[in-house]
Amino acid sequence: MESVILQIAARHMRPLLVILSLVVLYRGHNEPGGGFIGGLMLGAAYILYAMAFGVEKTQKSIRISPVALTGIGLLLALVSGLPALMEGHLFMTGEWTTFFSGSSFELKLGTPLLFDLGVYFTVAGMLTLVMFSIMEE
Amino acid sequence: MLFLFAILIGVLYGAAVYLLLRRNIFKLVLGLIFLGHATNLLLFVAGGLTRGFPSFLRDIPGEVEKMADPLPQALILTAIVISLGVTAFALVLVYRFYSVTKTVDLDELSENE
Amino acid sequence: MNIGILLLALLFLSVLAPFTRRYLGNAAGWIFAIIPFAGFVWFLGMLPEINRGEVFTHRYSWLPAYGIDFSFYIDGLSVLFSLLVLGIGAFILIYAGYYMKTYPMKGRFMGYLVLFMASMVGVVVSGNLITIFVFWELTSISSYLLIGYNHEKPEARGAALQALLITGFGGLALLGGFVLLGIPFGDYELTTLFSNPEVIKSSNLYLPALLLILAGAFTKSAQFPFHFWLPGAMAAPSPVSAYLHSATMVKAGIFLLARLNPVLGGTELWHYLLSIFGVTTMFVGAWLSITQTDLKRILAYSTVSALGTLVLLIGTGTEYAINAAIIFLLVHALYKGTLFMMAGNIEKNTGTRDINKLGGLFKYMPFAAIVMILALVSMAGIPPMLGFIGKELIYEAKSNAPSAHWFILIAGFMTNAIMVFLSMRLTLDIFWGKEPAYDKKPKEPSLALILGPFFLVVISLFLGLFPKTMANPLTSQAIMAISPGMAAIKLKLWHGFNLVLGLSALTIALGVVAYKYRDPIISMATRINLKYFREEFSRVFFRMIDYFLIYTKEQTKAIQHGYHRFYLMTVFVVASILVWIQIWNGDPVILELNFRDMPLNLVAVVALIIAATISAVVAHSRVVALIAMSVIGFGITIIFIAYSGVDLAITMVLVEILMVILAMAVLFYLPKYVKYSGTGARMRDALIASLVGGFMMVLVLQAGSSAVQEPVSEFFKQSSYTEAFGRNIVNVILVDFRAFDTLGEITVLAIAALGIFSMIKLTKKIKI
Repeated sequence: MESVILQIAARHMRPLLVILSLVVLYRGHNEPGGGFIGGLMLGAAYILYAMAFGVEKTQKSIRISPVALTGIGLLLALVSGLPALMEGHLFMTGEWTTFFSGSSFELKLGTPLLFDLGVYFTVAGMLTLVMFSIMEE
Repeated sequence: MLFLFAILIGVLYGAAVYLLLRRNIFKLVLGLIFLGHATNLLLFVAGGLTRGFPSFLRDIPGEVEKMADPLPQALILTAIVISLGVTAFALVLVYRFYSVTKTVDLDELSENE
Repeated sequence: MNIGILLLALLFLSVLAPFTRRYLGNAAGWIFAIIPFAGFVWFLGMLPEINRGEVFTHRYSWLPAYGIDFSFYIDGLSVLFSLLVLGIGAFILIYAGYYMKTYPMKGRFMGYLVLFMASMVGVVVSGNLITIFVFWELTSISSYLLIGYNHEKPEARGAALQALLITGFGGLALLGGFVLLGIPFGDYELTTLFSNPEVIKSSNLYLPALLLILAGAFTKSAQFPFHFWLPGAMAAPSPVSAYLHSATMVKAGIFLLARLNPVLGGTELWHYLLSIFGVTTMFVGAWLSITQTDLKRILAYSTVSALGTLVLLIGTGTEYAINAAIIFLLVHALYKGTLFMMAGNIEKNTGTRDINKLGGLFKYMPFAAIVMILALVSMAGIPPMLGFIGKELIYEAKSNAPSAHWFILIAGFMTNAIMVFLSMRLTLDIFWGKEPAYDKKPKEPSLALILGPFFLVVISLFLGLFPKTMANPLTSQAIMAISPGMAAIKLKLWHGFNLVLGLSALTIALGVVAYKYRDPIISMATRINLKYFREEFSRVFFRMIDYFLIYTKEQTKAIQHGYHRFYLMTVFVVASILVWIQIWNGDPVILELNFRDMPLNLVAVVALIIAATISAVVAHSRVVALIAMSVIGFGITIIFIAYSGVDLAITMVLVEILMVILAMAVLFYLPKYVKYSGTGARMRDALIASLVGGFMMVLVLQAGSSAVQEPVSEFFKQSSYTEAFGRNIVNVILVDFRAFDTLGEITVLAIAALGIFSMIKLTKKIKI
C-alpha cells in the first residue's frame, strides 16, 4: 500500500499535527482541548505516517517505543500528585506557581498541567501501541 | 426535543441488545459499541439540554446559570476514550478468537467445550 | 499461668511438632507431654478454689462491634473436662511417640494431636458461644486430619470425609442455633446466658435454637441415627481412637448439653428429645457391638452406647441422673482410653485385631493383661472399680426417672448385661482360650506403650476405692455447674442391699449366662441384624453424597450452560420485566410535545442516526455495518456540538476516525458475514430488544419530567477559575477536581493496550 500522495501528505502533515496537538494540549485548560484530544491527535499523526511508510520505519523515526510512551504518561500522571503531598495537602491537590507575574507574559504552571501531559502521553502511547500491533500483522 | 432523544436512546439500546444476543462474535462487538453510544447519549441528555452555551468561563454576567452542565461532559469524554480502548481490545480479541478457532460462531465454542 | 498462655503454647507446639520430630526421635512424646502435664497440674491446683464455688473468667476484646469477645469461663465442669483432656492427652502423646514409630510423617501426626488438644481445651474453657463454636470446628478438623492420616487407604479417606461431613453439618446447625440463642439475650456471653435463662425459654426462638443445637451435639457425640461415623473413624491409628473417639472429642456434644443445661434444659421438650435419642443410641450401640469381631469396632459401638447413656442421663435431669452422668463420663473416659490403647498394643504385637484370631495372650504379657482386665472390670461395672459406682448411680437414676422408667430401666439393664458379656468375651477370648499360631512371639509392650493404660486403670481403681476423698472433690462442682440447685451425692462403694444392688447382681448373672451360650446368641444376633437391622447407614450416606453430586452437576449444567446469549437474555428479560412493572405502577409519563423546540436540522440528524442504526443491525455485509456505525458516530457528534459539548465533539470525531481505521484493519482477517439465527430466534431477540429499548425510552422521559435536585456541578462552575485557574470547566474536572478518577481511566487504557499488544505479539504459538 505505497501511495505517493499519502506519503507526501504524511511527511508534511506529521510535524504540523504534532505541533497542533501540543497547542491543543496547552490551551486545553482555558479553551477547547486538553490531554485526551491532544493525545488522540498525536496518535493519529503517527498512525497516518505508519499507514504511508509502514510501521517499522515509523517506529525508527520516533525512537521511543509505544509501550514506553504509555508508561511515561502513567508515571507523569502519578508523579503530578506528589508535590501536593510535599506541601502537606491531599494527594493530587493542584499546586500552582506563577512566572513573570504582573507582566504581559504571565505564565501559570501547575501540577494539573503535568497531569494533562501524562494523559496526553498515555492516550497517544496506547493508540500507537494498538495500531502498530495490528498493522504489523 | 427530549421526546426525540428519548426515542433515539431507546432505539440505540434496542439495537445494542439485539446485537448482543447474536451468535456472531463480530456483531457482539458492534453491540458493545452501540451500548457505549446509547449510554453516552443518555448521560448527555440527563445533564440537561443547553443550546449554544458551552461550559467555558468567559466572565459574562450570569453565565453560570445559563451554561451547560460540565460534569456529564467530563464523564462522557473519558467514556468515549475508554470505549475506544475497550472496542479495540474486543476487536483484537475477535481476531485472535477467529485465528485460533477458525469460527466466529460463539455457539460452536460452547459445544466444543 | 493463664488459660490463654496454655492455649497458645499448645497451638505453638502443634505448629512446631512436625519439625522437631527429626531431632527428638521417639523421645518426642515424652517432651511434648510436658505442656499438657503442666496444664493438668495447673487445673488440679485450681480445684480447691473451684470447690469453694469460684468461677474464673477472662475476657479479651475480639469483635466488639458484634458483641463477640474472646472470653474464658472456667468452672467445675470446665476443670473436670480439662483435666481429662490434658491428663489423658499427656499419656496419649507418650504412647503415640512410640506407637507411631514405623509410620511416615509422625511429626505431623503429633502436631495434629496437639492441635486437637488445644481446640478441645478451648471448647471447654470458652466463655462465649461463638468461641465455643470456633474451637468446636477446630476439633472436627483435627479429627478429620487424624482419621485420614493413612491417606493412601481409600477407607481411611472415606471415613475421614464421612466424619467431617457429619460433624461439619452438625457444626453449621450449631452455629445457627447459637445465633438464635444469642438473639433474645443480645449477647453471646455464657455469664449473660446463665444470669437469666428464662429469657430464651419464654421466647419463640427456643424451639428452633434447641433443635439446631441438639443437631450439633448429637452429630458430634454420635447419637443414633448419626452414630455410624464413629465405627468408621476406627480407621485412624489407635492413639486417635483412644483419645478423640472415646475419651474426649465425642464427649464434646455431652459437654455442650451439660454446659447449656441451665439455659435450655428443664423443659418437657428437652427431657423427651434427650431421653428418646439417648435410650435408642444406648441400646442400638450395645446391640450392634455383639456381632462385631474387630476389637476396635466392638469398643467403638460400646462407646456409642455409653454416649447414649450420657445423653439419656442429662435428659432425665434428676439429681441422681446428673450425678450419674458426671461419674459415668469420668469412668468411661478412663476405661475406654485404656482399652483402645491396649487394642493398639495387641494389634502391634500380634498383627491382628480380630478377636476370633486371638487367644492365650496372658502368658505372653501378664502385666498388660492385668491392666486391660481391670479396665474391662470397670466397663462391666464390677467392684472395686469406679465403673461399679457409676453403674449403681445409673441404675438409681433410671429407676427414679420421671417418666417411662420401666422402659428405660429394662433397656439399661439389657445394655449393661451386654457390657458384662463383652467384658467377659474380651477377657477370656483374648487372654485365655485357644491359642492361634502367631507369626512372632507376642511380648510385653514397652514402657511408653503401657504407661498410659496403667495409670488410667490405677486412677480408676483408686477413685473406686476412695470415692469420698478423691472422686467427690473432682466432680461435685461439675455437677453443680450443670444444675445449679443440685448437690453432689456422697459417693460410696458399698451402700447396702437394695434394689439397685440386686439389679447389678442380675446384670452380671445375665452377662455370664450369655457368655456361656455365646455361640447361639451371636449367630442369632447376626441373623436378626441381617434380616431387620442391616448396618446400611454408612453406605446410604455415601450413596446420598453421590446423588447430591450428580444433582449439583446437572443443576450447574442447566444454569451454567455456556451460551453467552442466553446468559445475557436472562439478564435482559429479568431487568425489563422488573422495570416495566415499576413503570406500570409508577408515576404517569408527561409528554410535552413542543415543536418549536425541535429545529428541523436536528430532527433530520436524529432521523439519520435511527436509519443508520437500523441498517447497521440488518446489514448483510460488515462494510455496510461499519459505514452505518460511522454515520451514527458523526451524528452523535453533531448532537454534541448542537448542545454545547465542544470538547466532546472534538474527541468523538477523532475517536470515530480511529475506530474506523482499527475496524478495517481487523476486518480484513475475518470471514464473511454469515447469518446463524433462524427467523424465530431473530423475532424473539427483537422482542427482547424492544422491551429493553422501550423501558430506556420511558426512563429518559420520566427523568426529564421529574424534579431534580441542585446539580453538584454548581461547585465546579463556581470554583473552576478561582481555585483551579482554568476556564474550560470540563478539562478542569478531568485534570484537577476528579484527577484521581482520570488516573484510573488512563490506567485502564494502558492495560487494554498492553492486553492487545500481548494478544497479538505473544500468543502466536497457540494452536488448537
